[in-house]
Amino acid sequence: MEVNEVFEKVKSLFEEELGIESEKITMEAKLEEDLEIDSLGIVEVVMAFEDEFEIEIDDEELTDVGTVGQAVNLLHSKL
Amino acid sequence: MTKQRVVVTGLGTINPLGNNVITTWKNLINGVSGVDYITLFDASDLPVTFAGEVKDFDPNDYMGKQNARKLDRSGQLSIFAAEEALRDAGFDIDQPLGEEFGIVFGTGIGGIGATEDAVRIYDERGSNRISPLAITQLMPNSSTGQVAIKYGIQGPSLTITTACAASANAIGEAKKMIEQNIVDKVLVGGTESGTTSMTIGAFAQIKALSKQNEEPQRACKPFDKNRDGFVMAEGSTVLILESEKSANERNGKIYGFVEGYGSSTDAYHITAPSEGGVGALRAMEQAITNADINAEEIDYINAHGTSTIANDVNETLAIKSLMQDYAYIVNISSTKSMTGHLLGGGGAFEAMASLLSLKNNQIPPTINLNDPDEECDLNYTANNSIEKNIEYVMSNSFGFGGHNAVLVFSKQ
Repeated sequence: MEVNEVFEKVKSLFEEELGIESEKITMEAKLEEDLEIDSLGIVEVVMAFEDEFEIEIDDEELTDVGTVGQAVNLLHSKL
Repeated sequence: MTKQRVVVTGLGTINPLGNNVITTWKNLINGVSGVDYITLFDASDLPVTFAGEVKDFDPNDYMGKQNARKLDRSGQLSIFAAEEALRDAGFDIDQPLGEEFGIVFGTGIGGIGATEDAVRIYDERGSNRISPLAITQLMPNSSTGQVAIKYGIQGPSLTITTACAASANAIGEAKKMIEQNIVDKVLVGGTESGTTSMTIGAFAQIKALSKQNEEPQRACKPFDKNRDGFVMAEGSTVLILESEKSANERNGKIYGFVEGYGSSTDAYHITAPSEGGVGALRAMEQAITNADINAEEIDYINAHGTSTIANDVNETLAIKSLMQDYAYIVNISSTKSMTGHLLGGGGAFEAMASLLSLKNNQIPPTINLNDPDEECDLNYTANNSIEKNIEYVMSNSFGFGGHNAVLVFSKQ
């Protein structure tokens, strides 16, 4: 799967599952500050990623994930 | 410090009769039923297929999907009702209310819908698929915390869970906070949204619910010979309680005074009322004493009036013990005949109805009362509202667990 495809899937997950407005969702957007995803929301996001991409994500892998782009790259590396 | 008198300066509500105070009051006075067939989920497998649901409320429209999905329906309704009450009382909802404001909410079963959802997910998909929002949605103090966050309330807070007496107790405890000068403004709410499959099924199992599925609007018939149980309902009602001094200083309008509060426990049976309503009677006596009036000064009793066999007879006996001959004269009504039973939200809703009665000098009826039970032989204001000068109203709320909370409101 190309990075761009992963981004599109992530974008639609954020829109449909979390109700985030689509124009806010860019590769540069910060999860916490720009998309208002708090600590509970991060757990939801991870669960949604795991279901959508049929992968498992460990907490340690999330340490450096602060933006949509970083999340997309992590997912891409695991596919 | 002198004891403060407590007034109500704002009202807000969302309930089966309307999504604001004015519509709700109009429907109460016109004897409209808010009960209908269940639409929130497929209830066809349940022995009871109707309830008092909130209508025309889209939480995504109201607060945006990203916020709405974080809350149980009970929390969404609480935030909605609180907004109307705060605006009504003249507060700027865009500014945090701060440390001067306290908050007390009553609920019977909190975010029971979120509990049911989480258990379903756990059973189907395992513990690592339970929503991280489950705990914050299902905890009984969820509405208290979410309303406090939304409007920046930083004073003392309490959540009261005395079943169907919860939000009457909430008003009483808030009254004490103000009287004791702990804080001079308290947002008090009562919320329930337990019209869910497991919860209705479970209440039906204990024979508490009416099963008159053929005619939902006529199922709740307090004090009638053909009553067969209560009707589940959902909603939220919020009152702004304030010291009289604080209300006057900011020229707030005053609906009435919270003049008396009584609270007692049956210590008899976990669901059945004590025989002769003696537990309820003690709470009524305390409320009257606390208001420093005689029982004969009460013009209207907003009864607990659930439409269960046991409640309506025992409440009637308690009123007779309290008022003797005057019991046959005083106007009594059960607004639950129109709303259904808001459980922990009932006390706050009925406090609102009591205050609007005082303000408008009108008494809402007990609808569906066509064939009175011989043991229920008082003046229940059957089927039609009446106009009458009202100085004092008493509102009764009794809950499973044997909890009794009674409030007295006055005009002056």
